[in-house]
Amino acid sequence: MAISLKVNGARHSVPTEPDTPLLYVLRNDLALNGAKFGCGLAQCGACTVLIDGRTTRSCTTEIGSIGDAEITTIEGLGTIEKPHPLQQAFIDEQAAQCGYCINGMIMAAKDLLDRNPRPTEHEVREGLATNLCRCGTHGRIIRAVLRAAQMIGKT
Amino acid sequence: MTMTATLTRRQFSKSAGALVIAFSLAPRFASGQVASLPGSLANNRMLEAWLRINVDGSATIFAGKVELGQGILTALQQIAAEELDLPLARVAMISGDTARTPDEGWTAGSQSIEYGGTAIRLACAEARALLLDQAAKRLNSAADTLGVADGVVSGPDGRRVGYGELAGAVDLQREVTAKVAPKPPARHTIVGHSIPRHDIPAKVTGGAAYVQDIRMPGMAHGRVVRPPRYGAKLESVNESAARGLAGVISVVRDGSFLGVVAEREEQAIKARTALVASAKWSGGTEMPDPDRLFDYLMALPTQTSVVSEKQAMVPDGAKTLEATYTRPFQAHASIGPSCAVAEFKDSKLTVWTHSQGVFPLKRDLVKALRMDASAVRCIHVEGSGCYGHNGADDVALDAALLARAAGRPVRLQWMRDDEFAWEPYGSAMLARAKASLDASGRIINWNYEVWSNTHLTRPSAPGTDNNLLASWYLADPSTPGPAVNIPQPAGGSDRNAVPLYDFPNQRIVNHLITAMPMRVSALRTLGAYANVFALESFMDELAAAAGQDPVAFRLAHMKDPRARAVIEAVAKKAGWKDGGKGDGARGRGIAFAKYKNLSVYVAVVAEIEVDRGTGTIRVPRVFAVTDAGQIINPDGLTNQIEGGIIQSASWTLHEAVRFDRNGITSRDWSSYPILTMPEVPKVEVELIDQPNEKSLGAGEGSQGPAVAAIANAFAHATGTRLRDLPFNRKRVRTALG
Repeated sequence: MAISLKVNGARHSVPTEPDTPLLYVLRNDLALNGAKFGCGLAQCGACTVLIDGRTTRSCTTEIGSIGDAEITTIEGLGTIEKPHPLQQAFIDEQAAQCGYCINGMIMAAKDLLDRNPRPTEHEVREGLATNLCRCGTHGRIIRAVLRAAQMIGKT
Repeated sequence: MTMTATLTRRQFSKSAGALVIAFSLAPRFASGQVASLPGSLANNRMLEAWLRINVDGSATIFAGKVELGQGILTALQQIAAEELDLPLARVAMISGDTARTPDEGWTAGSQSIEYGGTAIRLACAEARALLLDQAAKRLNSAADTLGVADGVVSGPDGRRVGYGELAGAVDLQREVTAKVAPKPPARHTIVGHSIPRHDIPAKVTGGAAYVQDIRMPGMAHGRVVRPPRYGAKLESVNESAARGLAGVISVVRDGSFLGVVAEREEQAIKARTALVASAKWSGGTEMPDPDRLFDYLMALPTQTSVVSEKQAMVPDGAKTLEATYTRPFQAHASIGPSCAVAEFKDSKLTVWTHSQGVFPLKRDLVKALRMDASAVRCIHVEGSGCYGHNGADDVALDAALLARAAGRPVRLQWMRDDEFAWEPYGSAMLARAKASLDASGRIINWNYEVWSNTHLTRPSAPGTDNNLLASWYLADPSTPGPAVNIPQPAGGSDRNAVPLYDFPNQRIVNHLITAMPMRVSALRTLGAYANVFALESFMDELAAAAGQDPVAFRLAHMKDPRARAVIEAVAKKAGWKDGGKGDGARGRGIAFAKYKNLSVYVAVVAEIEVDRGTGTIRVPRVFAVTDAGQIINPDGLTNQIEGGIIQSASWTLHEAVRFDRNGITSRDWSSYPILTMPEVPKVEVELIDQPNEKSLGAGEGSQGPAVAAIANAFAHATGTRLRDLPFNRKRVRTALG
C-alpha cells in the first residue's frame, strides 16, 4: 500500500506498510541522509526529526501514525550553500568529530530555540540531555547552539 | 553517494594523461638491501603512489590513512598544500582504497600524522623540486632563482609557468629519495593554522558523508542473526517462514552464520526478528561470574615478561605502599552501528567499508571468501566514530556473504544489539603497584605488574588465521588469531606501564592472559588508560604518604623538560594551590602522561563534586595542557584532546560491559550507559607549540591523564581512594560508607 507524508514542505507517497518506521522511509525512499540509524530504540537521538515542530525519534515512529503532520528533517533547515544559523554555527564552532550524532543535536536544538530563543548553557544541556555523543564533542555542540541563538536573535 | 569508476592507480595515471609513464626504477643497493625511508614511505616507496599532479595544475594526494572523524584528511591536506605551494582547494584527497592508495596498515595508534604526514610531506617536497627542475628548463633559469605561489612558478624575468603545464614532463614513477628538505616551519602559511575541516559542512546539512548513506542501483538490505552467546551452534531455524515474508530475497545460512536479504530495510529487520524467534542454538562459551571477574581472569594461563628493569643499590625504604587497581571490559559503543555495502560484479567483489585498515581487511576477506586477492577491492568511506577496532571489519564480511548469496549489491547495518554484544571490547585489566619512599619522601623502588587480555585481534594481526567474526561460524570455519602483545616501547597491555618518572629501581612485569572469555581488541589507548589510571593514582597515594603536594612530588621525580612544562603549565592554568584537603564534597586532582612514552605530552587537572547521598560524581571542569610537537591544525588538536577527556570521563564514571553466565547483557544504551550532555565537564585546553619538533599523535593522549585526575580529585575531596573502575554511584556509596 502507499502512504502519503509531508516532508520538508513537499508531499510524498511511499509504497510501504503503515508500521514502517519513518527513519527508513526518509533514508531509503526519499534519499534524505540527515536522520541516522543509531539504536532503533529511541534512546540515542541520532534519528531525530521534527513533527509539527517537536522533536521526534523517527526510528520508532510508524509512518501510519503521522497523518498530515509536517515532518521536518535537517535537509529542511538549510543547505550547504545556504545553511540555517544552527548549521552555520556548528560549522563555525567546528562542532563535530565523526558527526554521526550531529543531525539529532541540531534538530533537538531547533526545537529548543523555537521554544526558548535565548537559552542558558544549563538549558542547552538539559535540552540535549537525551541525545548521545560518543566522540566527546559536547562542549563545542553547546557553544554552537548558544552561538546560533545569538545569530538568530540578531536577524 | 556517487560511486567512482573502478580504476586502478596505474590505469588512473595513464588515463589522466598528465604524466609520462616510464619504467625507470630508482637504483637499489647492490646487496639487495634498500635504504630505509621515513614514516609510511618505508613500505610505499614510489612517489606516484602518494600524489599526482593534474593537467589543471591541481594535485591529488593518495593517503592510506583514513578519516575516522579525527580530522586527519584536513590535516594531511594542509601538509600537502604547504609543501606543494598550492591552495588547499586545489589539493584533493583520496584515501583508503586498496586499488588506489598506499598500504599504510591501520589508521590507529595516533600515528597518522607521524607516519602518513611524514610520507606526504616528503613526497610533496620532492614532487615540488621535480616540478621546479622542469620549470627551470622551460624558463632557462636556475631552479634556485624561481619562486612558486599557488602552483605557478615565476622566473627572475617575470615569466611564469603553471604546474599543469609541467606535469606532463615530470615523471613521478620513481622512488622517493626523501632527500629534498621540506619547507622550514618558519615559512609555513597553512600548517599550524586552524583550517576548518572540509567534511563538516556535509555532516551538518544531510549531505552524503557516511558509508551508511550509499545507495546503489539494485541495492538490497541485509541483516544478520548472531548466536545468543559466543561460540553457540545453530541447530535449526525456520528458513522457509522467513522466506515467505514480504520483500525477502534470500535467507543465507552457512554453518552457524545466518543472515537475510530483503528489498527494503524494514523488511530485512522484520525477517531478522522472525529468524531470531525460530533459531535454536546449542552450546557456546559459559561466561565468568561477573561478581568474581578478576578472580577468574587471574586464574587463567598467562605469558609473563619483564618489560623494564632498573637496579641500583639503595637503602631500604622508610615507607612502602601497595595498591591494586582494576578496569572492567569496556565497549567502543559507536553511536552508529557498523555498516558496509558489498557488490559482486563480474566475479569481483567491492566492499565500501569504514574499516580502520582496508588492506588488512582485504587480506582476511580474501581468505574467508576463498577468493583471489586480485578480485577483491575495499574502499574506505567514513562511518560513525569507531575509537578502535569495533564491528567495522566484521560487518564487511557479513555484507559480502549476503551479497554473494543474493546476487545483488547489499547494504548491511548491524542492529544496536549486534554492535554491543559482538564488538571486541577493550580488555579488563588489573594492576598491582608497590613502591617505597626514603626518609626524604623520594621514591626509591617501584614495582608494577599488569594482567590483561590482548589488545590486538584486528584483521591480519600477527599469526592470524582469520579475525573476522563470521569466518568462525561458517560451515568450514576459520580460527581467531592467538593472543599477542604489541612489544615495547609502544606496548599493548603494558602501554604506559613503564613510568616516565625517574626512579633508581623499577621492575615492570606484563602478564598477558592468553585465554579470552570475552572477544577483545583495540579500544582507544589500548592498555594506557588503565595503566595511567594506576600509575598516576599511585603517584598521588605516594605523594600523600610523603606529605608532599602532588604537583611538586611529580616534578621532583621528573627530568623530561617537556613533561615538566605541561605539568607546570596545567597547574598554573587551573590555579593549583599547594596542599590542603577538599571539603568532603569538592576536590581537584592532577595527572600526567606521555602517550606510549613516545608521543604527545598531556597534563590534566580535574575538578569534581561528590554527592555523598546519591554517590554521584560530577566533573564540572577539566584543564589540560598539551605538547604535541609541531602542531598541524591547532583546533583539530584541541578537538581531539577535548574529546579524549570527555570520552575518558564517560569510561571512568559509567562504563562496564555487563554480562551473566549465559552471555553479554549490555545490548542497548540503558544497559551500557554513557556520559550525557548535562554531566559533561567544561574542558579548557592549552597547546604548547613546538614548530621545530616532530609532530606527535594526539588522539589517545588525554584519556589516561583524565581518569587519573578524576580519581585523584575524588581522593582529594573525600580522603577516600577509588581503585576500581567505573566510579559509579554504587561504588562511590560503598567507598564512602
